Amino acid sequence: MISPQPYLLHVSGSDKQVSYPGERPAMIVFVKEDCPTCREILPVISAVRRHFDGHVDVHVLGQTEAGNAVLTEALGEVLDDSALKVAYAYDIDTVPTLCFEGSPPLVGFVRDEWQAFVEAQSQAAGLDSPDIDWSGLPAWRPGCGSLSADPANAARLQAEAENSPLRARRIEVGALDDEFEFMFDQGFSDGLPLVPPTPERVLRMLSGTSRDPQEVISVMPPNMGDATVEKIAINAVMAGCKPAYLPVVLAAVQAICTDAYNIHGVMATTMGASPVLVVNGPIRERIGMNMGLGALGQGNRANATIGRAVRLAVRNIGGAQPGGTERSTLGNPMKFTMCFAEWEERSPWEPMHVERGYEAGESVVTLYTATSGPMLMVDQTSRTAPQLAGSFGLALESIFGPKQHYASDTLVVVCPEHIDTFVRDGYSKADIRARIQEVTARPIRELLENEVSGTGFPAKFAEGKSAEELERLVPKFRAPEDIHIAVAGADAGKFSGAFHGWAIGDIGSRSVSQAIDPFF
Amino acid sequence: MTVILDPTNERVPVTRQVTERSGAIRGTVAFLDISKPRGNVLIDQMQTLLAERLPDVEFKRYAKPTFTKPAPEALREEVREAADFVIEALAD
Repeated sequence: MISPQPYLLHVSGSDKQVSYPGERPAMIVFVKEDCPTCREILPVISAVRRHFDGHVDVHVLGQTEAGNAVLTEALGEVLDDSALKVAYAYDIDTVPTLCFEGSPPLVGFVRDEWQAFVEAQSQAAGLDSPDIDWSGLPAWRPGCGSLSADPANAARLQAEAENSPLRARRIEVGALDDEFEFMFDQGFSDGLPLVPPTPERVLRMLSGTSRDPQEVISVMPPNMGDATVEKIAINAVMAGCKPAYLPVVLAAVQAICTDAYNIHGVMATTMGASPVLVVNGPIRERIGMNMGLGALGQGNRANATIGRAVRLAVRNIGGAQPGGTERSTLGNPMKFTMCFAEWEERSPWEPMHVERGYEAGESVVTLYTATSGPMLMVDQTSRTAPQLAGSFGLALESIFGPKQHYASDTLVVVCPEHIDTFVRDGYSKADIRARIQEVTARPIRELLENEVSGTGFPAKFAEGKSAEELERLVPKFRAPEDIHIAVAGADAGKFSGAFHGWAIGDIGSRSVSQAIDPFF
Repeated sequence: MTVILDPTNERVPVTRQVTERSGAIRGTVAFLDISKPRGNVLIDQMQTLLAERLPDVEFKRYAKPTFTKPAPEALREEVREAADFVIEALAD
């Protein structure tokens, strides 16, 4: 019996990676293009793959790049084991060899063995017998030697056998220890249970990207830890992500570690800030993100776990932990996770990523820093766009307190029913921004610290200024661009939302967008 | 045994925390004799002294097959199930 070895291989001629174990059980067939037996049974392998489609994966591993190209034409998809690492790990002497966990390997081609195996697995999978004319096949063919057993390759393969795509420290959790409790004890958790990042799960996660597992995506403060693809994948496993979500997590980690975004400040501030992720582009649909009913809430795996994975990466790779460098006075629940997709199709405007210079067909994640929110902006009675945008402005006055102007930025999430009001009056995003600035504009004298509240501009700011100067109007936001706008939410309900930002400019955090690797 | 991959930057060694100390001894105390010579004498003495001070505590005795090897998993499981505290005698 061959013991199963996990692996992560590229599909020959493609960037796509496939991992074993995967989501389904898998038959693994080692073949070589120049082996006559392998060539003779290609139709059988093809038929077996079609037969078990959706029930059991059939991974065909080819041994040379040139040969794999030929095999791909016959079989559609061949995994590239030209490095021979998997064949070596399985200790394969002969091609073809078919391995399936729990069964003895089928070495060479013995017709009766293959037939019995396929019949038995069909029965186990609840399938009828496949339409294969076994009698038309040779009773026995010996096969050829596997290149992994060739003495010319043996030394290299032996040296590289430890060269797994996984380099992270392996931690053995004792048989009597509970791995969930162990991970809490190690401080890996945000307070909720974690999925144990076993090597098999991490390999499977890595199949979601074509990037090298050891590529450093960014250096993450405060500990300046190397955020490699592998380390980010480990945290994505713990967060509960599917492999298809990993490119979003990678892009988000890259974005938060820029100087402009300033994740160190975001985590360290006593104001309790946290990243908010907005996802645009085709990946939203592909990974099933929620942009409609309850988009900012719970219940969708992609929304929930992508945001959580980013936060866990910051905690574990960067080392930002509450009580350490993370010093929030109150904290906020967005520190667990806050990620949603923009409902571009329900919006009359350019989506957020296009506004920021990306193509509509690109997938992009935008990182914004929030200290509060989403604050509900209730307006069920305004019938005109200026009224509605005016309501937004009045609500946004509350950011940090009504007298604090020029202090922060905001992310406004406009709900569909409010969109309809704006559409009726032909209102653009620029119109909304201008209206918010208009209705929030206050004379400087109203924004000075006084006996009602010590917030606002310091009293000495007014010294030496004329009465006319003190009448100058100051809007809530330093610039219209500090009002970020996205569209999401259910079709029913006149309730838009707004996130309150943190410090802006060079000392604070700027919203940063990052393209997500295209799907392969 | 489960193997997991370290999610951190690996600056800090993996630690295994000891069970939180309650500050009081209640329930059952296990004595684990590692089977070195005269370990049983030490444990006898300790049990006598502790029994005088802790009349409500139950004491149980266990022994490893040999001091040269770790306690077998079954024994560790048995002790863990039966006792709230363990005193291991390393007599020499």
